[in-house]
Amino acid sequence: MNQMSTEGYTTADGRQIGGVLMEMKNITLRFGGVKAITDISFDIREGEIRAIIGPNGAGKSSMLNVISGFYVPQEGEVWFRGAKRPPMKPYQVAQQGIARTFQNIALFEGMSVLDNVMTGRLTHMKTGMVAQAIWKGAAEREEVENREVVEKIIDFLEIQAIRKTPVARLPYGLKKRVELARALAAEPKLLLLDEPMAGMNVEEKEDMSRFILDVNDEFGTTIALIEHDMGVVMDLSDRVVVMDYGKKIGDGTPDEVRNNQAVIDAYLGVAHD
Amino acid sequence: MPEQLFFALEVILNGLMAGVLYALVALGFVLIYKASGIFNYSQGVMALFAAATLVGIMDGQVPFSHLINAIFGTNVHHFGWHIPALLGILLTMGVMVFLAWAVNRFVFKHLVNQEPIILFMATIGLAYFLEGLSDLMWGGQLKTLDVGLPQGMNATLDEVTFNLFGYGFFIDNLDIVASIVALILVVTLTLYSQYSKQGRALRAVADDHQAALSVGISLNFIWILVWSIAGFVALVAGIMWGAKSGVQFSLSLMALKALPVLMLGGFTSIPGAIVGGLIIGVGEKLFEFTLGGMMGGATENWFAYVLALIFLVFRPQGLFGEKIIERV
Repeated sequence: MNQMSTEGYTTADGRQIGGVLMEMKNITLRFGGVKAITDISFDIREGEIRAIIGPNGAGKSSMLNVISGFYVPQEGEVWFRGAKRPPMKPYQVAQQGIARTFQNIALFEGMSVLDNVMTGRLTHMKTGMVAQAIWKGAAEREEVENREVVEKIIDFLEIQAIRKTPVARLPYGLKKRVELARALAAEPKLLLLDEPMAGMNVEEKEDMSRFILDVNDEFGTTIALIEHDMGVVMDLSDRVVVMDYGKKIGDGTPDEVRNNQAVIDAYLGVAHD
Repeated sequence: MPEQLFFALEVILNGLMAGVLYALVALGFVLIYKASGIFNYSQGVMALFAAATLVGIMDGQVPFSHLINAIFGTNVHHFGWHIPALLGILLTMGVMVFLAWAVNRFVFKHLVNQEPIILFMATIGLAYFLEGLSDLMWGGQLKTLDVGLPQGMNATLDEVTFNLFGYGFFIDNLDIVASIVALILVVTLTLYSQYSKQGRALRAVADDHQAALSVGISLNFIWILVWSIAGFVALVAGIMWGAKSGVQFSLSLMALKALPVLMLGGFTSIPGAIVGGLIIGVGEKLFEFTLGGMMGGATENWFAYVLALIFLVFRPQGLFGEKIIERV
């Protein structure tokens, strides 16, 4: 990463990556006496696809939860868009423009796909309770505008056919896609994906990879993702953070990480198998 | 025997009207249960509290007057004004919103992620607290609530039906008003929760807390909103019941009638609360009318519970409740 400056860098496939969007500085997270994350620092740059990998229990999900505000680290600072972030509730983080998906899918099962994706627009809807109760006028206009955005995303992710279906009836792979749609609907500045391909078959994984790349390409969305599937991570991401036992053991382009001895020992190599 | 038939019809109509009142209370339960998984035992007391507050505000009573007089040796009871009903209702609604905020701030905020049974126990505590607060603020005596709702037999209906069938139907004006109000309330609440932004957020929170947080919904705000709406429903129920039989402690006991209504309709369904209420209302009136004499009367006291018990055996999730599916 020698060519990298504060002004960003150019990827192997020629995409221009911007300045730092989010920076984690010396994050330490403890649960009681157990350290889930120890003194980790890294940054996420505008427009890039950043992966966090590591063996089971390495603290990847904890890190994602720190970014999205579900966990508050005991030590360290989170910087977002050039400002230090005070301790925040998850919903405040979401309102700042950080959307996420969950490893075990957290959708509103009783609601239709359309309604689920519409909840992603809540942070963009500004009319108050009275206006909503009157409905005619401002509230209706707002609903129509946001509906248009949502329909675009539904088209983009190719889930038009199931728009009205209650989420509970969908197969696993489609649920994952609906969850992605809901996160995208927020037009996030940073999109966090927690194991977007966990539990999928090869075909579904290919679909999902394509969607992630397309999202990054089409909307310029910055994406940080956690993934187990090594092949997928190496193909998708611009830069990779490697964690093991709560510590950072590698950080760089996929090629750099692949050749990092510590990483090979801890994870990629044969030592663990 | 058409006379008997008309009489039965009248019984059914009156049952429907009574059912609407049950449904009003049940509605408050359903709202809170759906959004937060809390079975709010204090819903009935909330209705009592709302009605007592309304009377107190309208009559210009000094809240906590007994307490104030006892401590300071003063003798204040009334501000000496009388407030019109509509303004009184608005002010009472303000009090209910404040109550919603206080309940969340001081009780349920500290009980997040606790077992349902603990939340339930908290609402029992809340019920006793509110009951005491209501007595302390406004005094425990029987109060008459008069917000200008029409009372007594509907003469027009009596006359029209008498001319048509030769039999005059006896329907209470207040029951008719209550039915119309309940209908408007249900339609409004359903539309609001289906189509408005807050309604969507509310359903989202009811479904999955984590996911709701991740799309930027403040759980606290939604819970205060839900408790406020439940407070509003309690106020409406309190007004209807209070106007019918006075504001007194037994008002809070009607909440117990809402339990069989919920078992019938399902704890999570707004239409279920209405249909359940109507079935119980009609059922107990009809049962009393047909078999009550044989059983020594006063069957209305237990009929609803027995019906609910039968439902529990054959359809535990109620008519409209979510199906309970056990996955292995």
